[in-house]
Amino acid sequence: MAEIRINRVAKQFGKTHALQAIDLTIADREFMVLLGASGCGKTTLLRIVAGLETATAGQVHIGDRRVDQLPPKARGIAMVFQNYAVFPHLTVYENIAFGLRMAKLADSEIDKRVNRTAALMHIDPLLKRYSGQLSGGQRQRVAVSRALAMEPDVILMDEPLSNLDALLRMEMRAELKSVLAESNTTTIYVTHDQVEAMSMADRIAIMDQGHIVQCDVPVEIYRNPAAHFVGSFIGNPPMNFLKASRVDTGQWRVAGATLSGPGSDKNALDFAIRPEDITVGEGPLQAEVRLLEPLGSHTLLACRVDNTAFRVIVDSDTSVSIGDTLSLNPMADRVRWFDPDTQLAVPS
Amino acid sequence: MLGSGRAFRRPLPGRVSSHETALGHVHTRAPDSDAMNSRSLPYLLIAPALLFLAVFFLYPFSLVAWQAFSTDEGRLTTEHFADMVGYWKFNDTLRNTLWLAAIVVPIQLVLSLLMATMVSKMQRGRDMVLYIWTIPLGISDLAAGLIWLAIFEQTGYLNSILHGLGLIEQPVAFLGYQSKLTLFVAIMLAEVWRATAIMLVILVAGIGLIPKEYNEAAEVFGAGPWQRFRRVTFPLLKPSLQTALILRVILAFEVFAVVIALSGTQFPVLMGAVYERQFVLRDTSVAAAYAMLILAISIAFTLLVLWWLRVPKEARI
Repeated sequence: MAEIRINRVAKQFGKTHALQAIDLTIADREFMVLLGASGCGKTTLLRIVAGLETATAGQVHIGDRRVDQLPPKARGIAMVFQNYAVFPHLTVYENIAFGLRMAKLADSEIDKRVNRTAALMHIDPLLKRYSGQLSGGQRQRVAVSRALAMEPDVILMDEPLSNLDALLRMEMRAELKSVLAESNTTTIYVTHDQVEAMSMADRIAIMDQGHIVQCDVPVEIYRNPAAHFVGSFIGNPPMNFLKASRVDTGQWRVAGATLSGPGSDKNALDFAIRPEDITVGEGPLQAEVRLLEPLGSHTLLACRVDNTAFRVIVDSDTSVSIGDTLSLNPMADRVRWFDPDTQLAVPS
Repeated sequence: MLGSGRAFRRPLPGRVSSHETALGHVHTRAPDSDAMNSRSLPYLLIAPALLFLAVFFLYPFSLVAWQAFSTDEGRLTTEHFADMVGYWKFNDTLRNTLWLAAIVVPIQLVLSLLMATMVSKMQRGRDMVLYIWTIPLGISDLAAGLIWLAIFEQTGYLNSILHGLGLIEQPVAFLGYQSKLTLFVAIMLAEVWRATAIMLVILVAGIGLIPKEYNEAAEVFGAGPWQRFRRVTFPLLKPSLQTALILRVILAFEVFAVVIALSGTQFPVLMGAVYERQFVLRDTSVAAAYAMLILAISIAFTLLVLWWLRVPKEARI
C-alpha cells in the first residue's frame, strides 16, 4: 500500500511562495499528473515528495509512514529526471543496477532485475553501452528501467518526455502508461503538456501560482473546469470567454443576445464555451470570421464576437471564407459560467 | 544585412537564388577557394605561435638536451649523468624531492577536493571564500617561503607565541640542521599553503560542470554523501582532476624558492642542485643532466596520472 498524503505543504524561497498549503491525496497505484505552466510549483512539489527539497511547512506521508523528515533513500521512491540523469561513466547495465547496488542486493538478484526491466523497456541489446552512445529516447528508457528495477512503492517523474521529439513522445507516452499500470506503483508525473496529462492520468491536479486549482479525472477537468484558469489552460484551443451581464434572474445578456444561465444575483459573469461545442447556422451569437485554419479533420475559425477573440471548430467541409458573418449557436448543456471576482465556476 | 537583402530581393541573373540573397548570403567567390581557405586557415593562424615555441622553447631545449648528453668535443656521453649520480648529496636530493612530492601532492589533492566540494555547496559568500583561499596564488613562491620563514625562524612568530604561552624557555631552532623533521614539516606546510589553490580553482570549475541531476539521482537511488562522491562526483571529475594533478605534480618536482628560503642548502632538492651546478659550480653540463632528470620524472608522473584517471572515450560526458 503506497497512498501518498500531502498535508498543508508549503514552500518558500526567500520571499517567494512557491507552494501555498497544498493538500493532495494520491491513492495507491494511482497515476497522478501535476499539470501547470512553468513556475507554478509542480516540480517543487514533486521534489518535496522525493526529498530533494525540504518543505517550509506541512507533512508528507507515504503509506502509513511520515516521510518528510526522511532522506530520499528511506522513502521507498524512485525517480525519472527531466534530463534523464543517466550516469555517463557507467554502462547501461550499471546505471540500471545503481540503486540495487546501493541497496546491497545479491548479484544474482541484481542481474535478474536489470535483465527483466531492460527487456521490459526494450533496451536489453544496449546493456553494455555507455550513455554517450545512446539516443535521447534510449536514455529515457534507461532512466525508466533504473526506476522500475528498484520495484519502488512510488515512482516520481519530472517532465520525463519533454526532451523527446514529437513522434517518440507519443510512442513513449503509450508505453510508459502500460508499463506503469503493470508495475503496481503509485505515480506522480509532472508535465506542462496537457495532451500528456489528459492521455496518461487517472487524475490530474492543475496547479497555478503555488495552488492546486482543480484535481479531478481528465474528462471532468475538460468538461467542468472549476475555475476560469482551468478553462483557459486546458484544451487546444482553450475555452472561449465572453462578458455577460444580468438582465433578469437567470437571464444574461451575452454579446447582444439574451441567454438563460445561473440564477446568481451577481451583476456580471463570464460566459464560457468550448470551440467544438458550437453549431453554425441559426444562433444568438454573431461572429465575424477573421482567419481560417484548415487542419484536415476539422477547420479552426478565428472569429470576433463582441470585440473578443472567439474560436470555433467546424467540419472541414463547411464552406466559410474570411470576412463572413456567422450565426453561432452554443450547445446549451456545454455552456459554463464563471464569477469574474472569484474566478470560480458558477453552477447553472 | 537587412538593407542589402532588401535591395537584392528580385532574382539576380546567374546561379544565385533570390532566397539566398534575401538572407544576405551572396556568393561571389568560387566554392573551391572557400574550402581551401577554411582548411588552411586554422594552421595559418597557429603558425606564429608554433614559430615562437620553436625558436624560444624547442631550440634552447634541444641545446640543453645536447649539453647533457655530449662532451666538449661533441661526442655522445653519459658521463655527466654518472657525475650527477655519483655526487655525495645526490641520493638525498632525489629522495627529498620525491618524498616532498609524495606527501605534499596527496595532501593537496584531498584538501582541494574537500575545499572545492564545500565551496560548490555554498549558497552565499562563495566568491569571497574562493578569493580568500586563492590569495596565496598571487604571491611568488619566494615570498611565500619568506612568510613561513618569519613564522618558523628562531626569532619568529611561532617561537614568540610558544614563549608567550610559557611552553618553552628558549627559542627552538625549528629550521636547524639537527631538526630534519621540523624542517620538512615547515617546507611541507609552506608548499601546501602556497599551491593548493591552483588545484582548488580547477576543481571548483570542474565540479561546476557536473550537472546537479547526477547527484540528485544518486541520492534518490540510495547513495549517501560518501558514495555520491566516490561513485558520481569523483568519476565525473576525472578530466579536471587530471589537469589539476598534472600541473601540481610537475610544479612539485620543480620546488625551489620555498625550500631555499626556509632551509638554505640543508634540504637539497633537484631544482636546487640545478641552480648550484649552474651558478655556483659553473658545471653547465651536469646542470643540464639534472634538468633532463627532472623532465623525465615529470613525464613519468604525468603518464601515471593520465593512466590512473583515464576515462574511456565512450564514457565521457
